[in-house]
Amino acid sequence: MSLPRLSQGFVIGSVSTSMGELPRVSSELRWQDHLGTIKARWGIGRMDYLIDPGLYALGHPDGSSPVLVSANYKMSFDKLRESLPGRDFWILVLDTQGINVWCAAGKGTFGTEELVKRIDSSGLKAIVSHRSLILPQLAGPGVAAHQVKKLSGFSVRYGPIKAADLPAYMNAGFKATTEMRLKTFTMKERAVLIPVELMETMKPALIIAPVLFLLGGLGGPSGFWANALNHGSFAAMAFLSAIVAGAVIHPLLLPYLPGRAFSAKGLFIGMIIALSLICLRGLELQTWPGRMEVLGWLLIIPALTAYLAMNFTGCSTYTSLSGVNREMRWSLPLEIGMGGSGLVIWIASRLMT
Amino acid sequence: MGGLIYLKDVVTLKLDEEKCTRCGMCLEVCPHGVLKMNGKHIAIRNRDACMECGACSRNCPFEAISVQAGVGCAAAVINSMLGRKDGDCCCLIESETLPLAKKKTTCC
Repeated sequence: MSLPRLSQGFVIGSVSTSMGELPRVSSELRWQDHLGTIKARWGIGRMDYLIDPGLYALGHPDGSSPVLVSANYKMSFDKLRESLPGRDFWILVLDTQGINVWCAAGKGTFGTEELVKRIDSSGLKAIVSHRSLILPQLAGPGVAAHQVKKLSGFSVRYGPIKAADLPAYMNAGFKATTEMRLKTFTMKERAVLIPVELMETMKPALIIAPVLFLLGGLGGPSGFWANALNHGSFAAMAFLSAIVAGAVIHPLLLPYLPGRAFSAKGLFIGMIIALSLICLRGLELQTWPGRMEVLGWLLIIPALTAYLAMNFTGCSTYTSLSGVNREMRWSLPLEIGMGGSGLVIWIASRLMT
Repeated sequence: MGGLIYLKDVVTLKLDEEKCTRCGMCLEVCPHGVLKMNGKHIAIRNRDACMECGACSRNCPFEAISVQAGVGCAAAVINSMLGRKDGDCCCLIESETLPLAKKKTTCC
């Protein structure tokens, strides 16, 4: 049995218990905690943003203080303690391998087995006199409350979805309102997901965009660099615009875009972006290479945007696996077909003199 | 906004009214208000709002609810089509043999 380390940066002291010295934490976040959250949102060091599992004291809890259960993703832990100023709680942190509560519950790492094991290894039974736990509602996909009761003797209460609602939930005598039980997907909740998505997409894009620029230099009546500056820079810009449309505009406008399938929403924005870019550049439809270039990008941009939009299903809070399978049955072949044929048509347009 | 709704008529949620005892656990854990309490048992209020997270069926002590639970994530579906073992979406837990540098993140 190992207790969480007292040497972790956010620990402000310790509490002597029959199990040994347990780390004490505060509901006040320091600038390092906020910086950590910002970095994690941008995907920097995100997978190592974890804390030791085990029992922590928030404030000055005693044997009758309530026990909250959380994940060992530091952002989840910080959100929890931040929402409980001036209160005394025990926080039992499960080993979810640095993953947030909902995702970990979906995978089962925030699950019945880990919870029962952690109750045991943390020595919780010796520290509190009651036998009750408060779990975040979103732990539901992984935890079976009735089995926890059977296996550990602890009864499980599901608290509100948002940690911020915990004080109201406690004050109401462990009662959550209907609103507290509904998972939203507001503009702000969508916006905070954008940086990580964008960073991930930009990594391959930083290689592909220069390649497109150079491909634009091929063929044509002018010299290589003159071509590249004209057709190649348009290609690179069109490609990057498609990424911004899929990874930024789509999440922001999600509820307002036509269609239910994310790919359909993505196709819609992609088509608008493609038409706008082509119009801005000035149509060149007198020649076959000109027509093919337009057609090529009318296919590539919506295909890319639709693909990125489709991948946003995993970040959303309301898509079902059955639905995603249904959507992908038509959208994935369409995206690959459009993207592939668009690329071939565009390259062919460059090679025609 | 009454909550976002994904595709219609795809969800695998099933309710066995005979087994339901009105304990209400499913109402507590459902994040989309899919179920409601009806006179004698639970009823499905808004099937299309279900995201198949599986919280209701896992927390039903009487096995009255069934759903093919899963994570609605296209990236995870693609990963598993490509035969990647770490076929997950938001929460990639890499096999421990992989070096740190190879750790990947996507979504949430």
